[in-house]
Amino acid sequence: MDFKADYFVLFGIKPVFRLDLSDLDSRYRDIQAQVHPDRFAHAGEAEKRLSMQWATHANEAYQALKKPLERAKYMLHLAGHDIQAENNTAMPADFLMEQMEWREAVMEARSGGDHHELERLHNRLRSDIKSRYEELGQLLDDAQDFTLATDRVRRLMFLEKLLYEIDDALASLEE
Amino acid sequence: MALFQIAEPGESAAPHEHKLAIGIDLGTTNSLVATVRSGIAVCLNDDQGRPLLPSVVRYHADGSTEVGYDAQKNQAVDPKNTIVSVKRFMGRGTKDIAHIESMPYDFIEAPGMVRVKTHAGIKSPVETSAEILKVLKARAEAGLGGDLVGAVITVPAYFDDAQRQATKDAARLAGLNVLRLLNEPTAAAIAYGLDNAAEGVYAVYDLGGGTFDISILKLTKGVFEVMSTGGDSALGGDDFDHRIYCWVIEQSKPQPLSPEDSRRLMMRCREAKEFLTNNPEAPISLRLASGEMIDVKLDVATFANITQTLISKTLQPVKKALRDAGLRAEDIKGVVMVGGATRMPQIQKAIGDFFRQEPLTNLDPDKVVALGAATQANLLAGNKTGKDDWLLLDVIPLSLGLETMGGLTEKVIPRNSTIPTARAQEFTTFKDGQTAMAIHVVQGEREMVSDCRSLARFELRGIPPMVAGAARIRVTFQVDADGLLSVTAREQTTGVESSITVKPSYGLSDDEIAGMLKDSMAHAKDDAVARALKEAQVEAQRMIEATEAALAEDAHLLNEAEIAKIKATIAKLAETMAGDNRRLINIAMDDLGYETQTFAHRRMDQSIKKVLSGRNVDDIEVGEEGEKA
Repeated sequence: MDFKADYFVLFGIKPVFRLDLSDLDSRYRDIQAQVHPDRFAHAGEAEKRLSMQWATHANEAYQALKKPLERAKYMLHLAGHDIQAENNTAMPADFLMEQMEWREAVMEARSGGDHHELERLHNRLRSDIKSRYEELGQLLDDAQDFTLATDRVRRLMFLEKLLYEIDDALASLEE
Repeated sequence: MALFQIAEPGESAAPHEHKLAIGIDLGTTNSLVATVRSGIAVCLNDDQGRPLLPSVVRYHADGSTEVGYDAQKNQAVDPKNTIVSVKRFMGRGTKDIAHIESMPYDFIEAPGMVRVKTHAGIKSPVETSAEILKVLKARAEAGLGGDLVGAVITVPAYFDDAQRQATKDAARLAGLNVLRLLNEPTAAAIAYGLDNAAEGVYAVYDLGGGTFDISILKLTKGVFEVMSTGGDSALGGDDFDHRIYCWVIEQSKPQPLSPEDSRRLMMRCREAKEFLTNNPEAPISLRLASGEMIDVKLDVATFANITQTLISKTLQPVKKALRDAGLRAEDIKGVVMVGGATRMPQIQKAIGDFFRQEPLTNLDPDKVVALGAATQANLLAGNKTGKDDWLLLDVIPLSLGLETMGGLTEKVIPRNSTIPTARAQEFTTFKDGQTAMAIHVVQGEREMVSDCRSLARFELRGIPPMVAGAARIRVTFQVDADGLLSVTAREQTTGVESSITVKPSYGLSDDEIAGMLKDSMAHAKDDAVARALKEAQVEAQRMIEATEAALAEDAHLLNEAEIAKIKATIAKLAETMAGDNRRLINIAMDDLGYETQTFAHRRMDQSIKKVLSGRNVDDIEVGEEGEKA
């Protein structure tokens, strides 16, 4: 066991996208139950530090695997495929166009205070995202087509951000 | 230094003795201390049977202090030297403190945190809080009849790094070993959750005198997980008094009130508020200095009506916290009520309506935080039994970020991240030959740096001169289990590596703490030197016991030579400990700590392997079958 081992190895699970999340949860809790600083509150400095490093590592690993987008990114990283999140401008024109339309619809609903429309957009986007994750599961676990998966992950990054913005708009209307 | 004390469920880590640990609710208005006795958390009362200690400290000219009810009584006589609600000043500058102009103190702006000038000298809020903690510590030692191994001290979930650090420093100054800083709502949930042994998602609604906090917690198989927190630091029970006050003025339209009249009327309003908890109607009458008489009756319906906006103001953060947790009101299994203000029936009704269930009120809302803190302290001290074993996974309440171009904030660790947590970020130089760079760490959710709290500014120096963009400086932000930040920077270019640890600028330096300790000793009867020696001896004894327990359990992880080396180091420490040289004891403890490092690593690895082994293979096969099906 060391900090360089990959997160799937840390939790002792198969490196797949379609994870059993409740199993991951319970493994995460089991590990924290062993390494968490609360278990070493009355211990010496060296042990406290070691425990903090382990607990930090377990938290990091859990965060990377818990959410599907993060998990996909991490799997691609392990497979040596770079997401290139920083220079992610080279998306197909039709996808970008679609994104602009979405954004306009959200902005319009937001400025018009149209709660109902925002809810509708939210639900539509959510089900779109869900089916894209199903596709991603096939690409990563069955086809192992990492190149196509990388493209799908980039798209999902846009969509998740958009979903966040809709939630944000809904929140601002509620307040 | 103790080695790992990992006990299997049902088996105690240290079977021989019960360690004395306390929980302290260091409140704005009142503070409490509690402990676990025969498996039950109880508040410790003062010699007059009172559990509360008013958080009021009066400084006398000779440097002595008066804390609690006596200080509170004399508040009006000596306002400049009687510090109330010091919690509001912890880790705060003058510009952060609300209504500072109406306070009677001589404030002095100091780097990081305000100071108050009293006739006993200039006092930091850390010192004043330490006075409160000392009284509670003495109460606990007298009541429990022994040395305390440590304390859990609660802080509002919304406390930022500066406020947490100040609280920890105060405890250190009071001579308390802090086992953990615990968020108040989490403490409340521990007090309830374990009593009721219930799994599910809970909301903790905490309306104190001056602040409101909401937390959403998940309880699963002995794990408390904080899913989100929120609140309003300028909303509390006092605002309800104020609403009644305004209503009375509107009803009776008296001549303008003198400050004294206004203070007395406010007190009557508070009494009326409390009276309405169990009565349909409260009389409010007061003869003013002018002879004019105020005489009105406030009924429950009117009270509910005039405070409705305050209650809906608390529901906004509740909704936000639910949203942050990705939940709806109906997902909440129970609502824990904390703070005396939650006794108000209209609050219980509003919360009941919102969550469509009766809130939990069977524990005293004034005591519930201290009781939970004591329960956690008992666990952290190592007094666990199999059935009471649980783990708390808490979160950081506010995002940590860095200043970037144009005064904007870049989030480094988002709020609600489970702690401990860390994040490394790489920086580079933007000029040829640049050898230094400035880093500004802030805390808060806003986009502009100026709207966030500045935690630390520091400079990285000694970067080897290179062309712009060639240097690689890795800065690591670590938040520990108390929610406290430390920053390390490592420059890792041409094999030159340097590492620094930065303590945020508002934290007191070790020298300052030492100076304050010396000052406080000058006025205390106990001898600082003797106390320090005793502490070192207790610590050394603890370390020896823990190491021996570890050897008894896990000697198979070591070879003969390693065992012999550790045993020799133990013997050396035992020998040194019998003497009275504190410095030598500390050196011997460091030696033992060093000699047992590898052992500690192997024990940690073993425990992790143990927890995951045995089920891996089976689970994976089940998973595959599941996929085929």
